[in-house]
Amino acid sequence: MTKPISIAAKTRQIVKKHGNAKGAVIAVLQDLQEAFNYLPKEALKTAAKAMDVPMSRIYEAATFYTAFSLEPRGKHVVKICKGTACHVRGAAILQDRFETTLGIKPGGTTKDGLFSLETVNCVGACALGPVVVINTEYHGQVTISKVDKIIKKINKEEGAQ
Amino acid sequence: MSGNTDKQSHAILDNLTLYYGPKRKFVAICAGTGCRAYGSLKVKDALEAELKKQNMADVDVLATGCLGFCEKGPMMIIHPDKYFYQSVKESDIPEIVEKTIGRGEAISRLLYRHPETKKTLFREEDLPFYKKQLRAVFGKNGMIDPSRIEDYFAIDGYQALAKVLAEMTPEQVISEVKKAGLRGRGGGGFPAAVKWEGVRKAAGEPKYVIANGDEGDPGAYMDRSLMEGNPHSVIEGMIIGAYAVGSNHGYIYVRNEYPLAVENLSKAIEAARANGLLGKNILGTDFSFDIQINKGAGAFVCGESSALFASIEGRAGEPRAKYVHAVDKGLYDKPTVLNNVETWANVPLIINKGADWFASIGTEGSKGTKIFSLVGKINNTGLVEVPMGTTLYEIIYDMGGGITGGRKFKAVQTGGPSGGCIPESLLDLPVDFDRLYEVGSMMGSGGMIVMDDTSCMVDVARYFLEFLKEESCGKCVPCREGVRRMSEILEDICAGRGREGDIELLETMSAAIADGSLCALGGSAPNPVLSTIRHFREEYEAHIRDHRCPAGVCKALISYNIDAEKCTGCGVCVKVCATKAITGELKKVHTIDNEKCTRCGACIQSCKFDAIYVK
Repeated sequence: MTKPISIAAKTRQIVKKHGNAKGAVIAVLQDLQEAFNYLPKEALKTAAKAMDVPMSRIYEAATFYTAFSLEPRGKHVVKICKGTACHVRGAAILQDRFETTLGIKPGGTTKDGLFSLETVNCVGACALGPVVVINTEYHGQVTISKVDKIIKKINKEEGAQ
Repeated sequence: MSGNTDKQSHAILDNLTLYYGPKRKFVAICAGTGCRAYGSLKVKDALEAELKKQNMADVDVLATGCLGFCEKGPMMIIHPDKYFYQSVKESDIPEIVEKTIGRGEAISRLLYRHPETKKTLFREEDLPFYKKQLRAVFGKNGMIDPSRIEDYFAIDGYQALAKVLAEMTPEQVISEVKKAGLRGRGGGGFPAAVKWEGVRKAAGEPKYVIANGDEGDPGAYMDRSLMEGNPHSVIEGMIIGAYAVGSNHGYIYVRNEYPLAVENLSKAIEAARANGLLGKNILGTDFSFDIQINKGAGAFVCGESSALFASIEGRAGEPRAKYVHAVDKGLYDKPTVLNNVETWANVPLIINKGADWFASIGTEGSKGTKIFSLVGKINNTGLVEVPMGTTLYEIIYDMGGGITGGRKFKAVQTGGPSGGCIPESLLDLPVDFDRLYEVGSMMGSGGMIVMDDTSCMVDVARYFLEFLKEESCGKCVPCREGVRRMSEILEDICAGRGREGDIELLETMSAAIADGSLCALGGSAPNPVLSTIRHFREEYEAHIRDHRCPAGVCKALISYNIDAEKCTGCGVCVKVCATKAITGELKKVHTIDNEKCTRCGACIQSCKFDAIYVK
């Protein structure tokens, strides 16, 4: 086991990896998001100081790009592809199902912290449409019964009700 | 240039001939994102294990990029006989190794069967999907494991670069690309050589070369498949471009959603550096160039040149006014060439085969081939590469195999959110940059989303405007507010709240938004609306006047009903209904309460007897 490392220390490590360069704001935010699963306030403040970039610039980038989240995300991130190919093959129906079953809207996280729901413009796997990406795993030709199975399976693995 | 270059390039060539013989036994397994989702990596592992078990470990297994026919994944091609196997499962592997690889026998059930003639087809080139294609750029994916630079060498990789460095001046390179007539594959179709010439002549140092891999058009994934499957072709094109314009710094800007592309490009860049093809003194000459990868963070507008520069500089991706040209002031306000991934991948081809060859393919104004992603309601989904000027009909019917379930073709959407919907009456249209523009659409990056009679054109327009509303960066008021208002009007029409005059209002707003926006996102945002009004006006009128959605899509205008003759009373729909809108005793005809029903579609998907219909 490695020793747990503080948010600030981890952030400084990441900034250093990118050579403290001002142009690396987005790359740093990407690494922070990967490390913490979201962008903690403390990390953003530390990064701004370490990179000598105003906090407003950091916050601008963090809120402009959809890949970043200022809130903690669920353990399992469900991304529904809303590309055109998936749209004409019924992506909206799947979104409905996830919303009603999980009780959250896109951008939301379930109370137990297990699921976050997101929509993506296109994941570029159009032949498989409609596509849902759970964490990094692609699910193709998804139907409503597949949605139910996916949720059930994760809940079972996590021991949730 | 120095004789060093010649020596190096010959050394590479010699190496390669050893590496690849014509009778070499190898298996190409598609490991593109699509086939991976079908489990192709497991199939590959099983194949490698089985080859060892049957003492054939010398047979090479290539985990290639996308092979195009995504509908039939996981697929593999077994050389030297080139048998094309589709939908391969792990359980098929022992038989494949024993019979096909060991004895050269084909396994009938894994071969493709022609849907009409029912004839079994053995090789890729026999399949109707591939037959009419000209896979000059994309076809090489099948010969390359993208993690091995040797595979790219073996198909004359980096020979174009060696030739350019040894024999051509930068001006000659530009003039060759100009003669070829290469136009940008990312959307606008701007002549690549004009940009290059502009940057070569522009004052200011350093100069930058960028590959735009921010493939944002929903429904398009050809750039992804090139970056994943043949990253060296993009890199080689960029090095040649950099030499032509006099640049030492390159960037590849890749979408956040494409992790495999980033991985394969990174490996390829490392390998190119290790082989003296990137870095200082490339192939022993005094020309130096290196490439860095930048990942996007999920913003459609970053496909736009000036927004992309802002993003690489670490800022929010907001475009700026276009009177300052990127060739003079691009990234960090320095002269910059920005070309799309597919455009770069065409460059080595032009140098290797010559501008005349390239210009002999295509139409008068659009040369070469174009890769399209054929998706939506179509039988053979996948990526096709055809000469410019191939008709929509040939692409959709001859290669695409027509509409899923034998339904009626309604429209094909091209050009992403900047494009439009093309109706059946224009299926004979030869596809090139200019002809698509004439009918109110555009090439875009090459997405072709096929729609049948169950797709509502008003809903499609609503879908795109909602997309653009989310993606507008907010800088120009006409785009930020106008697109939002248009989206609301379309929302209303789809919800049965449309009013007389809405169509005209949409048209007026479209003109204002197109005029008042700095970048192409706003400038072309009205296209999905204008093209659907132009070709499907009666569908808008049905929504507004009759409160009817002819395609049966818009939820507020339809109802779900049960066909009493088909319903067996099995009760499956009752179980899946989330709002308890369906009732009925077992083995008796069920009924739907349309007050409670949310038209979510769960019952239709679950009914095995097709007993639920939309009215």
